[in-house]
Amino acid sequence: MSEPALKSSADTALQPIRRAEGEPLFTEPWEAQALALAITLQQAGCFTAVEWAEALGAAIKRAQAAGDPDDGSTYYHHVLAALEHLVQVKRIASADLLAARKAAWIDAYERTPHGKPVELR
Amino acid sequence: MNPHEHGHEHHHEGDLAHHHDIHSELPSDPALRVKALESLLTEKGLVDPAAIDAWIEIYESRIGPRNGAKVIAKAWTDPAYKRRLLSDATKAIGELDFLGRQGQHIVAVENTPETHNLVVCTLCSCYPLSVLGLPPVWYKSAPYRSRAVLDPRGVLKEFGTELPEHVKIRVWDSTAEVRYLVLPERPAGTEKLSEEQLAALVTRDSMIGVAKVKAP
Repeated sequence: MSEPALKSSADTALQPIRRAEGEPLFTEPWEAQALALAITLQQAGCFTAVEWAEALGAAIKRAQAAGDPDDGSTYYHHVLAALEHLVQVKRIASADLLAARKAAWIDAYERTPHGKPVELR
Repeated sequence: MNPHEHGHEHHHEGDLAHHHDIHSELPSDPALRVKALESLLTEKGLVDPAAIDAWIEIYESRIGPRNGAKVIAKAWTDPAYKRRLLSDATKAIGELDFLGRQGQHIVAVENTPETHNLVVCTLCSCYPLSVLGLPPVWYKSAPYRSRAVLDPRGVLKEFGTELPEHVKIRVWDSTAEVRYLVLPERPAGTEKLSEEQLAALVTRDSMIGVAKVKAP
């Protein structure tokens, strides 16, 4: 464990631990999908569990530095950021490709009438 | 709601509003980024959307702390199993055929009247998924990740766990390579309970080490 990690999170770190009984595992479907993608890519050998933990830890530190509360409520945003980062580092997909694909999905949603399945062109 | 109803509602606002409203609702930014990743990874043959759905279903409904509770209850009632659990938890847990091939190395740490064990992942969220399922939100929060190390006694107090002064607290920092499972103390007065009844007493929090198992 590194010392700077504790210092950078000193403000939130000293707050009480927020707990809720019976909280759902995921609040939105994309959270479950992001985590499942990360685990599946590990199982497919795209990266190791250690590389994943390091990427996730680094994503959390970057978010803290940018003012994220890091109180657990934003955890899946960190998972997604770590996943996007590793996919780029491992040259599976570039930042440009990810952005272009996201734009293609926005386009697909905007031209698909409500109630019809949304598909990429 | 079908598109006609929706469109009709806003008809007086003109064609532009009408046109806008009958679109499929645009997902949130993270949801779109996940869709981008999933579709690209699927095209590359790295993930199978059906496998993703299956994984989510398993974690939402079939893998959770009940698995860990069975391990603990067995260790309480079967001394030979307890020895195997403490010497090689990964193998001992493997005997109980749970779902999920995590391939994680798990170490079991035993609470005694003199020593209490507390588990944390200071870096991110490493956790023994196959026996406890996915970690609770607080386990992934900065206050728990740092205070479990800086002030474990204070953290335990927040969870309603007050330990006598002489009890030593050991904090275990999980990593991607080693995950910890606390073997809590069996509560007094439970000698007549069956393994199944004992398992019902074991809570997730007691296996993370923030609480003790209470007698019924």
